Amino acid sequence: MTVLLFLIPVALLLGGLGIWCFVWAVNSAQFEDLDTAARRILFDDADAKLREGTER
Amino acid sequence: MAIPTALPLAYDAATQRLCAHCGEPARGGERFCCTGCAGAYALITGLGLDQYYRLRGKAAPVATSDEGAVDWSEFTETLPDGRHRLAVMVGDLQCAACLWLIEHALRAQPAVSRVQLSGATRRLTVEWSGAVTEADKLVATVTRLGYRCLPAGADLAADSLAEERGLLRAMAVAGFAAANIMLFSVSVWSGHVNDMDPATRDLFHGISALIAIPAIAYAGRPFFRSAVNALRHSRSNMDVPISIGVTLAVLVSIAEMVQSGPHAYFDAAVTLLFFLLVGRYLDLRARGFARRTAQQLLAWTTRPVAVRTAAGLVHRPAHRVAVGECVLVAAGERIGVDGTVLEGQSAVDASLLTGESLPQPVAAGSMVHAGAVNIDAPLTLRVTAVGDATLVGEMTRLMEAAEQGRSRFVRLAEKVSRWYAPVVHVTALVSFFGWVTLGGADWRSALLIAAAVLIITCPCALALAVPVVQVVASSRLMRAGILMKSATALERAAVIDTVVFDKTGTLTLGRPRLVPPTAEAAAALPLAASLAARSRHPLCRALVASAAEHVARDGVREIPGQGLVCETPDGEIRLGNAHFIGLQAQDMQDYSVLWLARPGHAPVCFSFADDLRSDAAAVLARLRAGGKRLLILSGDHAGAVRRVADVLGVADWQAGIDPRGKAAVIAALKAEGRHVLMVGDGLNDAVALASADASLSPASGLEIAQNAADAVFQGETLGAVLDFLAVAKQNRRLAIQNLALALGYNLIAVPLAIAGLVTPLIAAIAMSSSSLIVVANALRLDLSKEENAI
Repeated sequence: MTVLLFLIPVALLLGGLGIWCFVWAVNSAQFEDLDTAARRILFDDADAKLREGTER
Repeated sequence: MAIPTALPLAYDAATQRLCAHCGEPARGGERFCCTGCAGAYALITGLGLDQYYRLRGKAAPVATSDEGAVDWSEFTETLPDGRHRLAVMVGDLQCAACLWLIEHALRAQPAVSRVQLSGATRRLTVEWSGAVTEADKLVATVTRLGYRCLPAGADLAADSLAEERGLLRAMAVAGFAAANIMLFSVSVWSGHVNDMDPATRDLFHGISALIAIPAIAYAGRPFFRSAVNALRHSRSNMDVPISIGVTLAVLVSIAEMVQSGPHAYFDAAVTLLFFLLVGRYLDLRARGFARRTAQQLLAWTTRPVAVRTAAGLVHRPAHRVAVGECVLVAAGERIGVDGTVLEGQSAVDASLLTGESLPQPVAAGSMVHAGAVNIDAPLTLRVTAVGDATLVGEMTRLMEAAEQGRSRFVRLAEKVSRWYAPVVHVTALVSFFGWVTLGGADWRSALLIAAAVLIITCPCALALAVPVVQVVASSRLMRAGILMKSATALERAAVIDTVVFDKTGTLTLGRPRLVPPTAEAAAALPLAASLAARSRHPLCRALVASAAEHVARDGVREIPGQGLVCETPDGEIRLGNAHFIGLQAQDMQDYSVLWLARPGHAPVCFSFADDLRSDAAAVLARLRAGGKRLLILSGDHAGAVRRVADVLGVADWQAGIDPRGKAAVIAALKAEGRHVLMVGDGLNDAVALASADASLSPASGLEIAQNAADAVFQGETLGAVLDFLAVAKQNRRLAIQNLALALGYNLIAVPLAIAGLVTPLIAAIAMSSSSLIVVANALRLDLSKEENAI
């Protein structure tokens, strides 16, 4: 059972990393406008083609 | 912002006679309806952004070129690294393609380093390096695309956004802690059965405490702060029992842990906080969304206007013009001040103010108001009122006053929580003293029981009950094309028994259409259209739209407020009102008419009517069947209103009523004890929309009306009114059911807790299951199932 003494801190650390990522995402305003981003993704294709177009 | 529902409008020059940019009917065989749109199209294709025309879900706004000279560099802030940042509010955003277009058009400018446009808040932030004066050029790029730009004021929504972020972080921490502590708790619970080594149990309790204490200290702050605040003002609120319950549970558990006792409530305390934070976040999000939408109020009265001074023409914001000065209003420009006409003859579209569907002729001496659009010819005005003193300003004030009255509405959840907190405290105290005095328990186990009572009664399900229904309801409405702006609107709309409609633009589409003409008139239609193609008057545009083919004629002169005239070798052709072609004005008030006079023929007449929305009659019949009293209040003249009222079978109507009159009628209805839903689209409805119990506005309506309304609906039909009322009713029913479920859970759990039977395991199961039941019940809300329940 002594393996717990090693595994528990590891588990907590990984979880803590998860929270840290989430807090970072919240602080960088990624949860403020959920709708626009969802639709913007539809235009990524167009963006790529556009870039090709201008490079050519 | 509009949800793209329509299929993309593919532009095909060969088959369409619609403007390539905005989709409005274009003149003759031309590609664009006006130079503004031609400019926007050239700009878009020039930047290689023609993808936009394939991507968009809706036609673009008509591009105008009338924006006056705002000095945008005044609104610019300079960043520490020398770059500049400008925030503007962008109007007329239709769909995601608009965002794409604006962002890419700006990114194509070499100096620009960052562009961000939020569809939810309509706030555009641009950062660039180089000269501050670039600001004007950047904004001009956006206006040339056809979007209105206004200086973004202080970000009023910043507070609510910061609060939302704080709650999200707290929620994440509480969720993480709850899940991890639960792992140890489950081990401990199974250890009770399988004889866990007390040393391992103490270790697990210790680790739980290590996670729980900092997590609660962080995630509990919103509740502690609010509880302390309430107590300081010697009041009690929902947060007081929550704070006491959580603190007590932690303290008791620490004592248990130190004494190596079998039970600890760390998991219950943290899970409780997590569920409460979920409810609070949902609630704040619903309210924050409403608040941000309200921020979009665009101020017409601060637009720049051209002032005629001794030194020449100067552009100044409308509210800084002095009364008595002379202001020049170009054709096609929106008037920014109230004033009397000094020079010029034109027609003014005051539909936003009065609801009158057709432009009114004005000449020297006529009164015009800010917000109206000058259509035909330039006007010179002597200013009589500016800013807050204008009719628009007064209406905004009345609207705000009306909204304050509405904010006194007490929400269902608040009503419950008012008596809930004292009851919980008294119950916990009574069980503590009861066990010490009557039950003969020692103070330690009595305190453990009191803590269990507080935890189990804590309004976990109660805090989720209403917000979760509200969030489900607004997302269902969103899918039906109805955008909720106010968090309490659904509760207010559930008891509606009277529905008041505006006519123009609400019951009708707000656009004149040619009534099928007589054979004689039909034969003359191509000729009439060839003249009408030279005018932007709404009746002329309607005439052109219904003519199969025509060629725009040269040499047509427009006489403001009267009609069009064209000299031909055979004589004069005239198209205009009865007086203009030398007829006695007849009483044709039911219809708007244009007369055509030409050499060798008797004058012919074209009538126009504003079409009803296709399902208006059906929707009103359904409302009537649902026992609602129906009214029509319109600023239009009696004939037009009577015709609509007769078709729809509404006996109760008033015509020629001004904005204050509309609000007064609603106030009178409310004084009778009726609950009123107002549906309207114009500035003249804004005060009425704000003073009604609940209100709806079509997305085609004026921005100020959309701001005053609780919800905005999209599309050409009125069915949204039924959906809104049906969801409101379901929302109320489910909220009450949820409150009943939450209270019912307490009725079972509290006696168990008082009897001392609640162990941490039972507390965890009871709390989680009650919360899940409440959420599951809310998800039952379904629009399609309840089509018949209004």
